[in-house]
Amino acid sequence: MTRLNEKHVAIEAAIAQISDGASIMVGGFGSPGTPFALLDELLKQGQKHLTLIKNDANESDIGIGKLISAGRVDRLVTSHIGLNRVAIDEMNAGRLSVEIYPQGLLAEKIRSAGAGHYGFLTDIGIGTEIGEGRQEVECDGQRWAIEPAIHADFALIHADLADHYGNLIYRGTAINFNPLMAMAAEHVIAQTFHIEAPGNLVPEQIHTPCAFVSQVIQVDPATSEQGRRQHDN
Amino acid sequence: MTTDQQRILARAAKEITAGQIVNLGIGLPTQLFHYIPPELEVLVHSENGVLGCQLIDDNSEADLEMIDSGGTYIGTRPGASVFDSAMSFAMIRRRRVDMTFMGAFEVDQQGNLANWKIPGKFSPGIGGAMELAQKVERLIVLCSHNDKHGNPKILKRCRLPLTAPHCVSLVITEKAAMQVTSTGLEVVDIADGLSIEELRAATEAELIIDETRVGRF
Repeated sequence: MTRLNEKHVAIEAAIAQISDGASIMVGGFGSPGTPFALLDELLKQGQKHLTLIKNDANESDIGIGKLISAGRVDRLVTSHIGLNRVAIDEMNAGRLSVEIYPQGLLAEKIRSAGAGHYGFLTDIGIGTEIGEGRQEVECDGQRWAIEPAIHADFALIHADLADHYGNLIYRGTAINFNPLMAMAAEHVIAQTFHIEAPGNLVPEQIHTPCAFVSQVIQVDPATSEQGRRQHDN
Repeated sequence: MTTDQQRILARAAKEITAGQIVNLGIGLPTQLFHYIPPELEVLVHSENGVLGCQLIDDNSEADLEMIDSGGTYIGTRPGASVFDSAMSFAMIRRRRVDMTFMGAFEVDQQGNLANWKIPGKFSPGIGGAMELAQKVERLIVLCSHNDKHGNPKILKRCRLPLTAPHCVSLVITEKAAMQVTSTGLEVVDIADGLSIEELRAATEAELIIDETRVGRF
């Protein structure tokens, strides 16, 4: 893990650690919490054959939508891609492999990796098509399906506020998958609007302790899609 | 919004009572927001991580970090909280959400629900629907009584892949409000101006109708 005093780095250097074929967790539910600046840098640097793990596929012209449209993603692990027509077309054409999980199971599989477990037992989806093919066990007279944890090489995170050690605070519905992914991946890169000196954040308010975070990148809200309206409704 | 949809929503709103935690699914159910009186103490749960959603009047004033699960910008009401996705679904699986409203492609007289996939035509993913359907105590389906070709959506048995089996409590369409019981689908209310024969003709499911008890809406 990166030393505490060496985590605040430039965006180019942080994203350059990602190689072709990497698996990457990406925070966000729709736009809030999506690390747009990190994704744009990934687009610029050209890494390909990526596996992305994200709740949704954003919309086709923003966030991971840009990477999918550029043909850089081989596989997407997700719960719903309905707002991204290009992702649906790529899936139907067989160019994008899409693995769908119920949203709460996806969150829990990531949380489970972050907690250092193999996985967990659940009754969600038993008796439905989406629950087929899972290993099942019987405990206390009831059927349970085994849901293994989901791991990844990298996590790309968006936080509202951080300090130089990598402590993170999220805001509003931009929390979503971010704190779960920040614990689950081997290497965690967080973008944030504000980086404070250690001691300036209130310890009780920190969502993700710095021990989980590899690098923090400061992004300007004005130049990021974070500050741009993405929904017309 | 069509008058049929307004009729569905007005009837659905009667199911919401003070003190409840309610989840509104994407599409028509989200519009129920407009039918909850502001003074009614109800917290609307959205599975992206909010308890206590509130409509906002002006999108130009929106906080860009605050949306509901359908992507609409929202505010929060007094008593609201925000949290991560694992906690949001823990709340659902632990049955701390009292009631959820969802759309449907098909629903049947056993209370089975299909609303996420039409093989070969529509499969964008399941989102949070499966856990909501399987775990929320009271699931109310809001949908048109028939599809756009006039085919029944209220069936004897669902043909599409299920979101969850035996999960529906009440079905509200523009034609009727129908409760799932152990003996079948019982009509609670029938739309003004519609005869029982017309309702049966538009429905594949076998309907239990007690003419002395059925209400109008």
